[in-house]
Amino acid sequence: MLNGERRLKDNKDPIIQIKDIHKHFGKVHALRGVNLDIKRGEVVVIVGPSGSGKSTLLRCINRLEEYDSGKIVVDGILLHGAQNINMVRQEIGMVFQSFNLFAHLTVMDNLMLAQKIVRKRSPEEARKIAMDLLKKVGIPEKINAYPSQISGGQQQRVAIARALAMNPRIMLFDEPTSALDPEMIKEVLDVMMDLAKEGMTMVVVSHEMGFARAAAQRIIFMDEGQIIEEAPPEVLFTNPKQERTKRFLSKILDH
Amino acid sequence: MFSRRKSESTEFKVPELENVPEAGVGYHIDAWWWLVALVAGLIAILSITKPDPYWRIVLFVRDGIGVTILITIVSFVLMIFVGMLGGLGRLSTNKVIHLVTTFYVEIVRGIPLLVQLIWWYFAFPVIVRELGQATHISFLANYEANAILLAIFGFVFCYGAYMSEIFRAGIQSIPKGQMEAARSLGMSYFQAMRHVVLPQAIRVILPPVGNEFIALLKDSSLVSAVALADLTRRGREFMAANFDPLQVWTMIALLYLVMTLFSARIVNYVERRTKIER
Ligand SMILES: Nc1ncnc2c1ncn2[C@@H]1O[C@H](COP(=O)(O)OP(=O)(O)OP(=O)(O)O)[C@@H](O)[C@H]1O
Ligand SMILES: [Mg+2]
Repeated sequence: MLNGERRLKDNKDPIIQIKDIHKHFGKVHALRGVNLDIKRGEVVVIVGPSGSGKSTLLRCINRLEEYDSGKIVVDGILLHGAQNINMVRQEIGMVFQSFNLFAHLTVMDNLMLAQKIVRKRSPEEARKIAMDLLKKVGIPEKINAYPSQISGGQQQRVAIARALAMNPRIMLFDEPTSALDPEMIKEVLDVMMDLAKEGMTMVVVSHEMGFARAAAQRIIFMDEGQIIEEAPPEVLFTNPKQERTKRFLSKILDH
Repeated sequence: MFSRRKSESTEFKVPELENVPEAGVGYHIDAWWWLVALVAGLIAILSITKPDPYWRIVLFVRDGIGVTILITIVSFVLMIFVGMLGGLGRLSTNKVIHLVTTFYVEIVRGIPLLVQLIWWYFAFPVIVRELGQATHISFLANYEANAILLAIFGFVFCYGAYMSEIFRAGIQSIPKGQMEAARSLGMSYFQAMRHVVLPQAIRVILPPVGNEFIALLKDSSLVSAVALADLTRRGREFMAANFDPLQVWTMIALLYLVMTLFSARIVNYVERRTKIER
Protein backbone atom coordinates (compact mmCIF):
# COMPACT_ATOMS: atom_id res chain seq x y z
CA MET A 1 0.00 0.00 0.00
CA LEU A 2 2.68 2.48 0.96
CA ASN A 3 4.15 3.60 -2.29
CA GLY A 4 7.08 5.42 -3.75
CA GLU A 5 5.20 8.56 -4.67
CA ARG A 6 5.44 9.65 -1.08
CA ARG A 7 8.01 12.23 -0.27
CA LEU A 8 10.61 11.25 2.23
CA LYS A 9 10.54 13.38 5.32
CA ASP A 10 12.22 13.37 8.64
CA ASN A 11 10.16 10.80 10.47
CA LYS A 12 10.47 12.62 13.75
CA ASP A 13 8.49 15.54 12.36
CA PRO A 14 4.91 15.33 13.55
CA ILE A 15 2.70 14.48 10.57
CA ILE A 16 -0.04 16.71 11.96
CA GLN A 17 0.75 19.90 13.85
CA ILE A 18 -2.17 21.79 15.34
CA LYS A 19 -1.33 25.15 16.88
CA ASP A 20 -3.76 27.21 18.92
CA ILE A 21 -6.84 26.58 16.81
CA HIS A 22 -9.93 28.65 17.48
CA LYS A 23 -13.27 28.10 15.81
CA HIS A 24 -16.61 29.82 16.25
CA PHE A 25 -20.02 28.81 14.95
CA GLY A 26 -21.75 32.14 15.30
CA LYS A 27 -21.67 32.70 19.03
CA VAL A 28 -20.63 29.15 19.89
CA HIS A 29 -16.91 28.98 20.64
CA ALA A 30 -16.44 25.38 19.51
CA LEU A 31 -12.63 25.18 19.66
CA ARG A 32 -10.79 27.29 22.21
CA GLY A 33 -7.10 27.09 21.53
CA VAL A 34 -6.37 23.48 20.68
CA ASN A 35 -2.73 22.37 20.46
CA LEU A 36 -1.89 18.87 19.31
CA ASP A 37 0.98 17.16 17.52
CA ILE A 38 0.50 13.73 16.04
CA LYS A 39 3.45 11.60 15.07
CA ARG A 40 3.75 9.40 12.02
CA GLY A 41 2.15 6.03 12.60
CA GLU A 42 0.56 7.15 15.82
CA VAL A 43 -2.97 6.15 16.73
CA VAL A 44 -4.74 8.78 18.77
CA VAL A 45 -8.22 8.34 20.19
CA ILE A 46 -10.21 11.42 21.13
CA VAL A 47 -12.92 11.16 23.74
CA GLY A 48 -15.12 13.75 25.33
CA PRO A 49 -18.73 14.70 26.02
CA SER A 50 -21.16 15.62 23.26
CA GLY A 51 -20.54 19.11 21.93
CA SER A 52 -16.97 19.25 23.20
CA GLY A 53 -15.62 19.92 19.69
CA LYS A 54 -14.24 16.51 18.73
CA SER A 55 -15.85 16.44 15.29
CA THR A 56 -15.02 20.06 14.67
CA LEU A 57 -11.35 19.43 15.42
CA LEU A 58 -11.28 16.44 13.09
CA ARG A 59 -13.01 18.39 10.35
CA CYS A 60 -10.54 21.24 10.71
CA ILE A 61 -7.68 18.83 10.03
CA ASN A 62 -8.90 18.17 6.49
CA ARG A 63 -10.53 21.56 6.22
CA LEU A 64 -14.11 20.42 5.86
CA GLU A 65 -14.41 23.20 8.39
CA GLU A 66 -12.57 26.50 8.27
CA TYR A 67 -11.02 27.73 11.47
CA ASP A 68 -10.78 31.30 12.71
CA SER A 69 -7.20 31.43 13.93
CA GLY A 70 -4.19 29.28 14.62
CA LYS A 71 -2.60 26.92 12.14
CA ILE A 72 -2.64 23.32 11.08
CA VAL A 73 0.26 21.77 9.21
CA VAL A 74 -0.34 18.38 7.65
CA ASP A 75 2.67 16.51 6.37
CA GLY A 76 4.57 19.73 5.95
CA ILE A 77 1.74 21.45 4.05
CA LEU A 78 0.26 24.46 5.76
CA LEU A 79 -3.50 24.42 5.36
CA HIS A 80 -4.01 27.97 4.36
CA GLY A 81 -6.20 29.30 1.62
CA ALA A 82 -7.87 26.94 -0.79
CA GLN A 83 -5.05 26.29 -3.25
CA ASN A 84 -3.55 23.19 -1.73
CA ILE A 85 -6.67 22.00 0.02
CA ASN A 86 -7.47 19.21 -2.44
CA MET A 87 -3.83 18.15 -2.39
CA VAL A 88 -3.93 17.80 1.37
CA ARG A 89 -7.27 16.03 1.31
CA GLN A 90 -5.77 13.35 -0.91
CA GLU A 91 -3.36 12.63 1.93
CA ILE A 92 -6.11 12.33 4.51
CA GLY A 93 -8.85 9.75 4.44
CA MET A 94 -11.99 10.42 6.42
CA VAL A 95 -14.59 8.02 7.72
CA PHE A 96 -17.91 9.38 8.93
CA GLN A 97 -20.42 8.24 11.48
CA SER A 98 -23.09 8.02 8.78
CA PHE A 99 -20.84 6.20 6.24
CA ASN A 100 -21.75 8.62 3.44
CA LEU A 101 -21.32 6.14 0.63
CA PHE A 102 -22.42 7.61 -2.68
CA ALA A 103 -26.01 6.40 -2.82
CA HIS A 104 -26.28 6.31 -6.63
CA LEU A 105 -23.16 4.21 -7.16
CA THR A 106 -22.39 0.55 -6.58
CA VAL A 107 -19.81 -0.47 -4.03
CA MET A 108 -17.21 -0.86 -6.78
CA ASP A 109 -18.00 2.54 -8.30
CA ASN A 110 -17.84 4.13 -4.85
CA LEU A 111 -14.26 2.93 -4.61
CA MET A 112 -13.34 3.82 -8.18
CA LEU A 113 -14.78 7.31 -8.62
CA ALA A 114 -12.23 9.42 -6.76
CA GLN A 115 -9.37 7.20 -7.89
CA LYS A 116 -10.28 7.99 -11.49
CA ILE A 117 -11.05 11.68 -11.27
CA VAL A 118 -8.68 12.74 -8.49
CA ARG A 119 -5.80 10.28 -8.71
CA LYS A 120 -6.27 9.97 -12.51
CA ARG A 121 -5.93 6.22 -12.44
CA SER A 122 -7.07 4.11 -15.34
CA PRO A 123 -10.31 2.18 -14.77
CA GLU A 124 -8.37 -1.11 -14.79
CA GLU A 125 -5.91 0.09 -12.20
CA ALA A 126 -8.64 1.64 -10.05
CA ARG A 127 -10.67 -1.55 -10.23
CA LYS A 128 -7.73 -3.68 -9.19
CA ILE A 129 -6.92 -1.47 -6.22
CA ALA A 130 -10.58 -1.42 -5.24
CA MET A 131 -10.86 -5.18 -5.45
CA ASP A 132 -7.79 -5.70 -3.29
CA LEU A 133 -9.14 -3.33 -0.65
CA LEU A 134 -12.59 -4.88 -0.66
CA LYS A 135 -10.95 -8.25 -0.04
CA LYS A 136 -8.96 -6.69 2.75
CA VAL A 137 -12.07 -5.35 4.50
CA GLY A 138 -13.82 -8.62 3.88
CA ILE A 139 -16.55 -7.85 1.36
CA PRO A 140 -15.42 -8.83 -2.12
CA GLU A 141 -18.85 -10.32 -2.91
CA LYS A 142 -20.70 -7.05 -2.71
CA ILE A 143 -19.06 -5.13 -5.50
CA ASN A 144 -22.26 -4.72 -7.50
CA ALA A 145 -24.56 -3.95 -4.60
CA TYR A 146 -25.80 -0.45 -3.91
CA PRO A 147 -25.17 1.05 -0.45
CA SER A 148 -28.83 0.68 0.52
CA GLN A 149 -28.60 -3.05 -0.13
CA ILE A 150 -25.85 -3.83 2.37
CA SER A 151 -25.71 -3.67 6.15
CA GLY A 152 -24.39 -0.73 8.12
CA GLY A 153 -21.27 -2.60 9.10
CA GLN A 154 -20.60 -3.49 5.50
CA GLN A 155 -21.23 0.09 4.41
CA GLN A 156 -18.73 1.38 6.93
CA ARG A 157 -16.12 -1.12 5.80
CA VAL A 158 -16.70 -0.05 2.21
CA ALA A 159 -16.32 3.56 3.33
CA ILE A 160 -12.98 2.70 4.92
CA ALA A 161 -11.87 0.91 1.77
CA ARG A 162 -12.97 3.90 -0.32
CA ALA A 163 -10.79 6.21 1.76
CA LEU A 164 -7.84 3.79 1.64
CA ALA A 165 -8.06 3.60 -2.15
CA MET A 166 -6.64 7.11 -2.28
CA ASN A 167 -3.50 5.92 -0.46
CA PRO A 168 -3.85 8.38 2.41
CA ARG A 169 -1.12 8.78 4.97
CA ILE A 170 -3.56 9.73 7.67
CA MET A 171 -7.00 8.38 8.46
CA LEU A 172 -9.58 10.34 10.43
CA PHE A 173 -12.50 8.48 11.97
CA ASP A 174 -15.46 10.36 13.41
CA GLU A 175 -17.43 7.95 15.58
CA PRO A 176 -17.23 5.23 12.95
CA THR A 177 -19.22 2.70 14.94
CA SER A 178 -21.77 4.76 16.81
CA ALA A 179 -24.44 4.42 14.10
CA LEU A 180 -24.04 0.66 14.03
CA ASP A 181 -25.96 -2.15 15.65
CA PRO A 182 -23.85 -3.79 18.37
CA GLU A 183 -23.27 -6.97 16.38
CA MET A 184 -21.65 -5.01 13.56
CA ILE A 185 -19.31 -2.90 15.61
CA LYS A 186 -16.65 -5.55 15.89
CA GLU A 187 -16.28 -6.14 12.15
CA VAL A 188 -15.52 -2.44 11.67
CA LEU A 189 -13.19 -2.22 14.66
CA ASP A 190 -11.31 -5.26 13.38
CA VAL A 191 -10.61 -3.50 10.12
CA MET A 192 -9.45 -0.42 12.00
CA MET A 193 -7.27 -2.57 14.24
CA ASP A 194 -5.55 -4.11 11.22
CA LEU A 195 -4.96 -0.66 9.85
CA ALA A 196 -3.40 0.47 13.10
CA LYS A 197 -1.10 -2.57 13.09
CA GLU A 198 0.05 -1.68 9.60
CA GLY A 199 1.31 1.61 10.93
CA MET A 200 -1.34 3.97 9.58
CA THR A 201 -1.52 7.32 11.33
CA MET A 202 -5.01 7.43 12.78
CA VAL A 203 -7.04 10.02 14.62
CA VAL A 204 -10.16 8.39 15.95
CA VAL A 205 -13.09 9.95 17.73
CA SER A 206 -14.69 7.02 19.47
CA HIS A 207 -15.91 5.84 22.81
CA GLU A 208 -15.04 2.23 22.09
CA MET A 209 -12.77 1.71 25.06
CA GLY A 210 -11.66 -1.75 24.00
CA PHE A 211 -10.37 -0.40 20.74
CA ALA A 212 -8.78 2.59 22.45
CA ARG A 213 -6.91 0.37 24.89
CA ALA A 214 -5.70 -2.03 22.25
CA ALA A 215 -4.83 0.37 19.43
CA ALA A 216 -4.14 3.83 20.77
CA GLN A 217 -0.81 5.19 21.88
CA ARG A 218 -2.55 8.24 23.29
CA ILE A 219 -6.00 9.16 24.50
CA ILE A 220 -7.06 12.79 24.28
CA PHE A 221 -9.84 14.01 26.51
CA MET A 222 -11.63 17.07 25.21
CA ASP A 223 -14.20 19.23 26.92
CA GLU A 224 -15.70 22.59 25.97
CA GLY A 225 -13.45 23.08 22.99
CA GLN A 226 -10.19 22.33 24.76
CA ILE A 227 -7.87 19.43 25.33
CA ILE A 228 -8.14 18.80 29.06
CA GLU A 229 -5.83 15.86 29.40
CA GLU A 230 -3.83 13.45 27.30
CA ALA A 231 -2.04 10.26 28.23
CA PRO A 232 -1.50 6.67 27.11
CA PRO A 233 -4.70 4.63 27.56
CA GLU A 234 -3.45 2.61 30.51
CA VAL A 235 -2.64 5.84 32.34
CA LEU A 236 -5.65 7.91 31.39
CA PHE A 237 -8.24 5.22 31.97
CA THR A 238 -6.91 4.08 35.33
CA ASN A 239 -5.39 7.20 36.73
CA PRO A 240 -6.78 10.42 35.26
CA LYS A 241 -5.41 13.60 36.77
CA GLN A 242 -8.21 16.04 36.06
CA GLU A 243 -11.51 16.03 37.88
CA ARG A 244 -13.44 16.52 34.64
CA THR A 245 -11.74 13.54 33.04
CA LYS A 246 -12.62 11.37 36.03
CA ARG A 247 -16.26 12.40 35.90
CA PHE A 248 -16.48 11.76 32.18
CA LEU A 249 -14.74 8.39 32.34
CA SER A 250 -16.91 7.22 35.19
CA LYS A 251 -19.90 7.81 32.94
CA ILE A 252 -18.64 5.92 29.92
CA LEU A 253 -16.61 3.16 31.55
CA ASP A 254 -19.26 1.64 33.79
CA HIS A 255 -22.23 1.05 31.60
CA MET B 1 -13.59 -13.96 -10.44
CA PHE B 2 -13.24 -14.94 -6.81
CA SER B 3 -14.50 -17.78 -4.72
CA ARG B 4 -17.52 -17.28 -2.56
CA ARG B 5 -17.84 -19.03 0.68
CA LYS B 6 -20.91 -21.20 0.75
CA SER B 7 -22.37 -19.87 3.94
CA GLU B 8 -22.51 -16.37 2.51
CA SER B 9 -23.94 -17.12 -0.87
CA THR B 10 -27.56 -16.90 0.19
CA GLU B 11 -26.97 -13.72 2.06
CA PHE B 12 -25.97 -11.60 -0.90
CA LYS B 13 -28.09 -13.10 -3.63
CA VAL B 14 -31.33 -11.69 -2.37
CA PRO B 15 -30.58 -7.99 -2.47
CA GLU B 16 -28.89 -8.27 -5.86
CA LEU B 17 -32.15 -9.43 -7.34
CA GLU B 18 -33.71 -6.08 -6.57
CA ASN B 19 -31.48 -4.57 -9.20
CA VAL B 20 -32.86 -6.57 -12.05
CA PRO B 21 -35.74 -4.79 -13.77
CA GLU B 22 -38.94 -6.72 -14.01
CA ALA B 23 -39.27 -8.47 -17.32
CA GLY B 24 -42.05 -7.89 -19.80
CA VAL B 25 -43.52 -5.07 -21.81
CA GLY B 26 -45.84 -3.97 -19.05
CA TYR B 27 -42.93 -2.59 -17.09
CA HIS B 28 -42.17 0.09 -19.63
CA ILE B 29 -45.67 1.08 -20.65
CA ASP B 30 -47.87 2.49 -17.96
CA ALA B 31 -51.63 2.43 -17.96
CA TRP B 32 -52.23 6.03 -18.92
CA TRP B 33 -50.91 5.67 -22.45
CA TRP B 34 -54.44 4.71 -23.45
CA LEU B 35 -55.53 8.28 -22.74
CA VAL B 36 -52.94 9.58 -25.18
CA ALA B 37 -54.15 7.06 -27.72
CA LEU B 38 -57.76 8.05 -27.07
CA VAL B 39 -57.15 11.75 -27.77
CA ALA B 40 -54.96 10.99 -30.78
CA GLY B 41 -57.70 8.66 -32.03
CA LEU B 42 -60.31 11.34 -31.57
CA ILE B 43 -58.28 13.75 -33.67
CA ALA B 44 -57.87 11.10 -36.35
CA ILE B 45 -61.57 10.17 -36.38
CA LEU B 46 -62.67 13.80 -36.64
CA SER B 47 -60.18 14.43 -39.45
CA ILE B 48 -61.27 11.35 -41.38
CA THR B 49 -65.02 11.51 -40.86
CA LYS B 50 -65.32 15.26 -41.26
CA PRO B 51 -62.25 16.41 -43.22
CA ASP B 52 -64.04 19.71 -43.76
CA PRO B 53 -63.35 21.57 -41.53
CA TYR B 54 -61.27 19.33 -39.22
CA TRP B 55 -58.60 18.07 -41.59
CA ARG B 56 -58.40 21.54 -43.15
CA ILE B 57 -57.77 22.97 -39.68
CA VAL B 58 -55.03 20.46 -39.00
CA LEU B 59 -53.33 21.26 -42.29
CA PHE B 60 -53.68 24.99 -41.69
CA VAL B 61 -52.19 24.97 -38.18
CA ARG B 62 -49.53 22.36 -38.99
CA ASP B 63 -46.64 24.85 -39.13
CA GLY B 64 -47.96 26.40 -35.90
CA ILE B 65 -47.51 23.04 -34.17
CA GLY B 66 -43.93 23.07 -35.41
CA VAL B 67 -43.33 26.54 -33.95
CA THR B 68 -44.89 25.54 -30.63
CA ILE B 69 -42.76 22.42 -30.36
CA LEU B 70 -39.61 24.23 -31.45
CA ILE B 71 -40.02 27.02 -28.91
CA THR B 72 -40.86 24.59 -26.15
CA ILE B 73 -37.96 22.22 -26.71
CA VAL B 74 -35.28 24.84 -27.36
CA SER B 75 -36.40 26.91 -24.36
CA PHE B 76 -36.54 23.82 -22.19
CA VAL B 77 -33.00 22.70 -22.97
CA LEU B 78 -31.62 26.19 -22.39
CA MET B 79 -33.52 26.76 -19.19
CA ILE B 80 -32.11 23.58 -17.68
CA PHE B 81 -28.68 25.16 -17.90
CA VAL B 82 -29.95 28.45 -16.51
CA GLY B 83 -31.71 26.56 -13.73
CA MET B 84 -28.60 24.61 -12.86
CA LEU B 85 -26.45 27.74 -12.71
CA GLY B 86 -29.16 29.65 -10.87
CA GLY B 87 -29.61 26.83 -8.38
CA LEU B 88 -25.88 26.65 -7.69
CA GLY B 89 -25.82 30.44 -7.44
CA ARG B 90 -28.60 30.42 -4.88
CA LEU B 91 -26.56 27.99 -2.80
CA SER B 92 -23.27 29.80 -3.31
CA THR B 93 -21.37 30.97 -0.27
CA ASN B 94 -20.10 33.85 -2.40
CA LYS B 95 -22.27 36.76 -1.30
CA VAL B 96 -22.31 38.55 -4.66
CA ILE B 97 -23.31 35.46 -6.65
CA HIS B 98 -25.93 34.59 -4.07
CA LEU B 99 -27.34 38.11 -4.13
CA VAL B 100 -27.46 38.37 -7.93
CA THR B 101 -29.21 35.02 -8.38
CA THR B 102 -31.66 35.68 -5.56
CA PHE B 103 -32.43 39.07 -7.04
CA TYR B 104 -33.01 37.48 -10.44
CA VAL B 105 -35.35 34.82 -9.07
CA GLU B 106 -37.38 37.29 -7.03
CA ILE B 107 -37.75 39.79 -9.87
CA VAL B 108 -38.81 37.22 -12.43
CA ARG B 109 -41.32 35.58 -10.15
CA GLY B 110 -43.03 38.89 -9.51
CA ILE B 111 -43.89 39.72 -13.12
CA PRO B 112 -46.54 37.93 -15.22
CA LEU B 113 -45.02 35.82 -17.96
CA LEU B 114 -47.15 37.50 -20.64
CA VAL B 115 -45.86 40.92 -19.59
CA GLN B 116 -42.29 39.60 -19.64
CA LEU B 117 -42.69 38.21 -23.16
CA ILE B 118 -44.18 41.45 -24.39
CA TRP B 119 -41.41 43.40 -22.70
CA TRP B 120 -38.66 41.37 -24.38
CA TYR B 121 -40.33 41.69 -27.78
CA PHE B 122 -41.40 45.34 -27.76
CA ALA B 123 -39.31 47.09 -25.10
CA PHE B 124 -35.98 45.31 -25.20
CA PRO B 125 -35.25 46.16 -28.89
CA VAL B 126 -35.79 49.83 -28.07
CA ILE B 127 -33.06 49.65 -25.45
CA VAL B 128 -30.74 47.90 -27.90
CA ARG B 129 -31.38 50.50 -30.60
CA GLU B 130 -30.86 53.44 -28.25
CA LEU B 131 -27.72 51.86 -26.96
CA GLY B 132 -26.56 51.44 -30.57
CA GLN B 133 -27.28 55.05 -31.38
CA ALA B 134 -25.49 56.29 -28.27
CA THR B 135 -22.41 54.21 -29.05
CA HIS B 136 -22.64 54.59 -32.84
CA ILE B 137 -22.68 50.90 -33.48
CA SER B 138 -24.95 50.66 -36.50
CA PHE B 139 -25.50 46.95 -36.08
CA LEU B 140 -27.20 47.62 -32.75
CA ALA B 141 -28.85 50.86 -33.85
CA ASN B 142 -30.70 49.02 -36.63
CA TYR B 143 -31.62 46.06 -34.45
CA GLU B 144 -34.85 44.42 -35.55
CA ALA B 145 -36.75 42.28 -33.06
CA ASN B 146 -36.59 38.60 -33.95
CA ALA B 147 -39.81 37.16 -32.56
CA ILE B 148 -38.66 33.55 -32.16
CA LEU B 149 -35.33 34.44 -30.54
CA LEU B 150 -36.85 36.92 -28.13
CA ALA B 151 -39.70 34.58 -27.26
CA ILE B 152 -37.24 31.80 -26.45
CA PHE B 153 -35.15 34.29 -24.52
CA GLY B 154 -38.21 35.41 -22.55
CA PHE B 155 -39.19 31.85 -21.69
CA VAL B 156 -35.67 30.87 -20.68
CA PHE B 157 -35.34 33.99 -18.55
CA CYS B 158 -38.63 33.42 -16.79
CA TYR B 159 -38.68 29.65 -16.47
CA GLY B 160 -34.97 29.66 -15.63
CA ALA B 161 -35.87 31.38 -12.38
CA TYR B 162 -38.42 28.73 -11.43
CA MET B 163 -35.99 26.07 -12.55
CA SER B 164 -33.31 27.60 -10.29
CA GLU B 165 -35.57 27.08 -7.32
CA ILE B 166 -36.18 23.47 -8.33
CA PHE B 167 -32.46 22.82 -8.68
CA ARG B 168 -31.74 24.55 -5.39
CA ALA B 169 -34.29 22.45 -3.56
CA GLY B 170 -33.10 19.29 -5.31
CA ILE B 171 -29.47 19.87 -4.43
CA GLN B 172 -30.41 20.75 -0.85
CA SER B 173 -32.35 17.51 -0.54
CA ILE B 174 -29.15 15.48 -0.93
CA PRO B 175 -27.60 14.82 2.49
CA LYS B 176 -24.62 17.08 3.19
CA GLY B 177 -22.50 14.04 3.94
CA GLN B 178 -22.42 13.18 0.23
CA MET B 179 -20.65 16.40 -0.63
CA GLU B 180 -18.39 16.11 2.41
CA ALA B 181 -17.38 12.56 1.57
CA ALA B 182 -16.58 13.60 -1.99
CA ARG B 183 -14.59 16.62 -0.85
CA SER B 184 -12.71 14.58 1.73
CA LEU B 185 -11.59 12.28 -1.09
CA GLY B 186 -9.95 15.26 -2.75
CA MET B 187 -12.62 16.14 -5.31
CA SER B 188 -13.12 19.79 -6.10
CA TYR B 189 -16.49 21.41 -5.48
CA PHE B 190 -17.42 21.07 -9.14
CA GLN B 191 -16.22 17.48 -9.42
CA ALA B 192 -18.27 16.60 -6.35
CA MET B 193 -21.30 18.41 -7.77
CA ARG B 194 -21.00 16.80 -11.15
CA HIS B 195 -20.23 13.22 -10.09
CA VAL B 196 -21.93 12.89 -6.73
CA VAL B 197 -24.55 15.51 -5.88
CA LEU B 198 -26.19 16.34 -9.21
CA PRO B 199 -26.64 12.72 -10.37
CA GLN B 200 -28.61 12.12 -7.18
CA ALA B 201 -30.39 15.45 -7.25
CA ILE B 202 -31.55 14.82 -10.84
CA ARG B 203 -33.78 12.04 -9.59
CA VAL B 204 -35.40 14.37 -7.08
CA ILE B 205 -35.63 17.17 -9.59
CA LEU B 206 -37.07 15.16 -12.41
CA PRO B 207 -40.77 15.21 -11.45
CA PRO B 208 -40.97 18.99 -10.96
CA VAL B 209 -38.82 19.59 -14.04
CA GLY B 210 -41.17 17.39 -16.03
CA ASN B 211 -44.07 19.47 -14.77
CA GLU B 212 -42.26 22.61 -15.88
CA PHE B 213 -41.92 21.16 -19.37
CA ILE B 214 -45.64 20.59 -19.60
CA ALA B 215 -46.40 24.01 -18.14
CA LEU B 216 -44.01 25.53 -20.68
CA LEU B 217 -45.71 23.70 -23.52
CA LYS B 218 -49.00 25.27 -22.50
CA ASP B 219 -47.53 28.70 -21.74
CA SER B 220 -45.95 28.76 -25.18
CA SER B 221 -49.41 29.75 -26.44
CA LEU B 222 -48.68 33.18 -24.95
CA VAL B 223 -46.26 33.91 -27.78
CA SER B 224 -49.24 34.42 -30.05
CA ALA B 225 -49.29 37.87 -28.40
CA VAL B 226 -45.88 38.73 -29.84
CA ALA B 227 -46.47 38.09 -33.52
CA LEU B 228 -45.34 34.48 -33.56
CA ALA B 229 -47.35 32.05 -35.65
CA ASP B 230 -47.59 29.27 -33.10
CA LEU B 231 -50.45 26.82 -32.80
CA THR B 232 -52.75 29.25 -30.96
CA ARG B 233 -52.00 32.10 -33.35
CA ARG B 234 -52.67 29.91 -36.39
CA GLY B 235 -55.96 28.86 -34.82
CA ARG B 236 -56.97 32.47 -34.51
CA GLU B 237 -56.04 33.12 -38.12
CA PHE B 238 -58.11 30.18 -39.28
CA MET B 239 -61.10 31.34 -37.26
CA ALA B 240 -60.81 34.85 -38.68
CA ALA B 241 -60.99 33.46 -42.21
CA ASN B 242 -63.62 30.77 -41.68
CA PHE B 243 -65.85 31.82 -38.78
CA ASP B 244 -66.18 28.39 -37.17
CA PRO B 245 -64.89 28.95 -33.62
CA LEU B 246 -66.35 25.74 -32.20
CA GLN B 247 -64.52 23.40 -34.57
CA VAL B 248 -61.26 25.38 -34.61
CA TRP B 249 -60.84 25.75 -30.87
CA THR B 250 -61.96 22.21 -30.17
CA MET B 251 -59.32 20.95 -32.55
CA ILE B 252 -56.65 23.29 -31.14
CA ALA B 253 -57.50 22.16 -27.61
CA LEU B 254 -57.25 18.52 -28.65
CA LEU B 255 -53.89 19.13 -30.33
CA TYR B 256 -52.49 20.73 -27.17
CA LEU B 257 -54.00 17.96 -25.10
CA VAL B 258 -52.39 15.16 -27.07
CA MET B 259 -49.00 16.90 -26.78
CA THR B 260 -49.24 17.48 -23.03
CA LEU B 261 -50.57 13.99 -22.31
CA PHE B 262 -47.81 12.50 -24.41
CA SER B 263 -45.18 14.57 -22.56
CA ALA B 264 -46.61 13.50 -19.22
CA ARG B 265 -46.18 9.86 -20.18
CA ILE B 266 -42.58 10.43 -21.26
CA VAL B 267 -41.85 12.22 -18.00
CA ASN B 268 -43.41 9.38 -16.06
CA TYR B 269 -41.38 6.82 -17.99
CA VAL B 270 -38.06 8.61 -17.40
CA GLU B 271 -38.89 9.05 -13.72
CA ARG B 272 -39.47 5.37 -13.23
CA ARG B 273 -36.29 4.47 -15.05
CA THR B 274 -34.13 6.62 -12.82
CA LYS B 275 -35.59 5.82 -9.43
CA ILE B 276 -33.08 4.87 -6.70
CA GLU B 277 -33.54 3.63 -3.22
CA ARG B 278 -31.80 5.22 -0.33
N1 LIG C 1 -22.30 23.39 11.57
C1 LIG C 1 -22.47 23.88 12.82
N2 LIG C 1 -23.19 24.98 13.02
C2 LIG C 1 -23.35 25.50 14.26
N3 LIG C 1 -22.84 24.96 15.36
C3 LIG C 1 -22.11 23.84 15.24
C4 LIG C 1 -21.89 23.24 13.97
N4 LIG C 1 -21.13 22.14 14.15
C5 LIG C 1 -20.89 22.07 15.47
N5 LIG C 1 -21.47 23.09 16.13
C6 LIG C 1 -21.38 23.33 17.58
O1 LIG C 1 -20.03 23.29 17.95
C7 LIG C 1 -19.86 22.60 19.17
C8 LIG C 1 -18.93 21.43 18.96
O2 LIG C 1 -19.57 20.48 18.13
P1 LIG C 1 -18.92 19.12 17.67
O3 LIG C 1 -19.82 18.51 16.68
O4 LIG C 1 -17.52 19.34 17.26
O5 LIG C 1 -18.95 18.28 19.02
P2 LIG C 1 -18.63 16.77 19.24
O6 LIG C 1 -17.64 16.72 20.34
O7 LIG C 1 -18.28 16.11 17.97
O8 LIG C 1 -20.01 16.23 19.79
P3 LIG C 1 -20.73 14.82 19.51
O9 LIG C 1 -20.13 13.85 20.47
O10 LIG C 1 -22.16 15.10 19.85
O11 LIG C 1 -20.52 14.46 18.09
C9 LIG C 1 -21.24 22.21 19.63
O12 LIG C 1 -21.70 23.17 20.55
C10 LIG C 1 -22.07 22.25 18.38
O13 LIG C 1 -23.39 22.58 18.67
MG1 LIG D 1 -19.19 14.63 16.73
